[in-house]
Amino acid sequence: MSRPPLDILFNPHGIVVAGASTHPGKFGFVALHNVLAGGFDGPVFATNPDQPSILGVEALESVADIPEGAADLVFVCTPPHTCSEILRSAASRGVGAVFIASGGFREAGSEGARAERELVQLARSLGMVVAGPNGQGLISNPAKLAAQIVAPIPPPGPIAVASQSGNLVSAFMNYAAQSGVGISRAVSAGNAAMLGVVDYLGWFASDPHTKAMAAYVEGVEDGPAFAAAIKRVAAAKPVVLVKGGTTPRGAQAAASHTGALATDDRIFDGMVRQSGAVRAQTIEEAYDAVAAFATQPLPAGPRTLVLSSAGGWGVIAADALSKSKLELIPLPADLKEAIDGLVPPRWSRSNPIDLAGGESRDTIPEVIDLVADHPEVDAVIYLGMGIQANTASHLRSGPYFEAAELARICEYHERQDSRFAQAAADASARTGKPILAATELGITQPDNAGPATLAAQGSYCFPSADRAVRALHHMWWYARWRKRLLG
Amino acid sequence: MGVLSEFESKQLLARHGVAVSRDKLAHSADEAVAAAVEIGGPVAVKLCGSSLAHKSERGLVRLGLDNSAAVRTAADELLAAAVEDDGEVALLVSEMVAGYREFIAGVVHTEQFGPALMLGLGGVLAEAVGEAVFRLLPVSEADCKDMIEDLDIPALMAPLRGEPAVDQGALVDSLLGLAHAGGGEGVEAIDVNPLVIQDGLPVAVDALVVTTGS
Repeated sequence: MSRPPLDILFNPHGIVVAGASTHPGKFGFVALHNVLAGGFDGPVFATNPDQPSILGVEALESVADIPEGAADLVFVCTPPHTCSEILRSAASRGVGAVFIASGGFREAGSEGARAERELVQLARSLGMVVAGPNGQGLISNPAKLAAQIVAPIPPPGPIAVASQSGNLVSAFMNYAAQSGVGISRAVSAGNAAMLGVVDYLGWFASDPHTKAMAAYVEGVEDGPAFAAAIKRVAAAKPVVLVKGGTTPRGAQAAASHTGALATDDRIFDGMVRQSGAVRAQTIEEAYDAVAAFATQPLPAGPRTLVLSSAGGWGVIAADALSKSKLELIPLPADLKEAIDGLVPPRWSRSNPIDLAGGESRDTIPEVIDLVADHPEVDAVIYLGMGIQANTASHLRSGPYFEAAELARICEYHERQDSRFAQAAADASARTGKPILAATELGITQPDNAGPATLAAQGSYCFPSADRAVRALHHMWWYARWRKRLLG
Repeated sequence: MGVLSEFESKQLLARHGVAVSRDKLAHSADEAVAAAVEIGGPVAVKLCGSSLAHKSERGLVRLGLDNSAAVRTAADELLAAAVEDDGEVALLVSEMVAGYREFIAGVVHTEQFGPALMLGLGGVLAEAVGEAVFRLLPVSEADCKDMIEDLDIPALMAPLRGEPAVDQGALVDSLLGLAHAGGGEGVEAIDVNPLVIQDGLPVAVDALVVTTGS
């Protein structure tokens, strides 16, 4: 019994880079470089008829020269006219999957389109699967596989990505590298001759290394099948979709008002909502959402509490909440009473909870626990983390660090922000409620003790209060859809 | 493609559970007066035929007629306004449906995703306002509830200027009926505009069914 083709693609035993090059500017060089740099632990082969070896890998004359059964994936960087021969040779050596990075197929005109169709037919007749062509490659971190003609190699993590645009795969991976919430698998579908975005999502749905997935789509060929596939996938795991290329054109120019209102965008939106995916308008929003899904428990309800030691950010969060389907709940009386016992009376005494600088050493962790434990709270947005460590950073680099003996206070500040981040992560783990911490310091000062502590836990530090609210909104929407689905 | 007249369209929708206005078809001024008496209260009289869309733009709708003389005058004028291209026409006498809130609902066959159900803010400004949400057929009751929520107009669903809140269950029923009708054999598209909220309940006041046949 042969393995499912996508198993081979993402978990190959051995890989061949067909058309490896010694020229560092060529895809054939970068592809081999990435496979080696990624640390793939199976056999790696390269083909190039004119070179003895490349990057220390012996170069074979052709794919036909690989030992029988030694590799099951071929990554192709050679021109279109060479592909059918590569497929035949590969099949004869026991290869089950081919990723064609080369362009010059459907995207290049009618001749390329014909070549692409013929290649698909050939692959089917050989019992192989072809990914791409015209795709930038794939990442499979559990297999330490980086078979792609571009950067980066993202850190391993719980997010899977499938995209009709290679650059946007890179964009998701760049965000992953920056935030530390990493990637399980990522693939550029290219021309999607045999495998489309939903095929990859379908495989991710049962991949134990993937907790949530993001996808970018432009065209959809079989709409009803796409919708049905998304629904199956979303029933298993959260899916965040970004749709590019929506036009304002209505479905019908006819006499019908309904037809005039039926723009691609509205129809796609309805399809997404019905299918249980969540739709993000931008890649940034999509990464926030997928990182939230991958690192936080789903909220049981919409009741949200904002805890802020950062004034205006709390107001921004409240504004964003009021425009979402989440509820900025009135502060429960018993919580008010409990916090009254912890800080001076100038605190906000409402939601958002703004402690107005009245906190002492243990206040933040205590309040985080109080709000997370409260039965009327489904989710918490935590703002203001990192302020003390930012001050420490400033003092450390300032002119008085030595003279004024500031080391102790700096260490205290840093320890405090580390504790706060830890308290948020621990409270979320203990209560099973999402606690989204947000601060721009995650980007502007990633080694700040607050964001750094979160990152060390595999948590995501949201870049702003409003972006955290937006991500939480997506989580609540999906949680509600699941509840209805599962009854 | 062909279209059903407003009367036939509403009859079809009613058979599928969509709440429609009480209507009578009349072929003369006398019949129109009799129909108005039977319906009772003020009525609307419209010219009705399968080649007549966009009646209001052509002034083929008379509203709030509350006595027989007014009905007769309107009927005479409308019949006289018919032109050859209108084909076979009749008069549609309808109860006046009063409500501040007007929705638009319909079914359309989309190129990419097949048939889809729509709910939006209706009336003459429907397309200009462009507040509309869609779901692919078939739809569930939960899908219809989501559509109302997605439209995101809680203030229009709540009690409004002396009118009670919109009966969302009844609105869902009308949407389900519309989806059912739209998914039926021979139906290409449906437009209901306006779907007026009267005493909290939706009533299809005008409707157009486009058929796949000729």
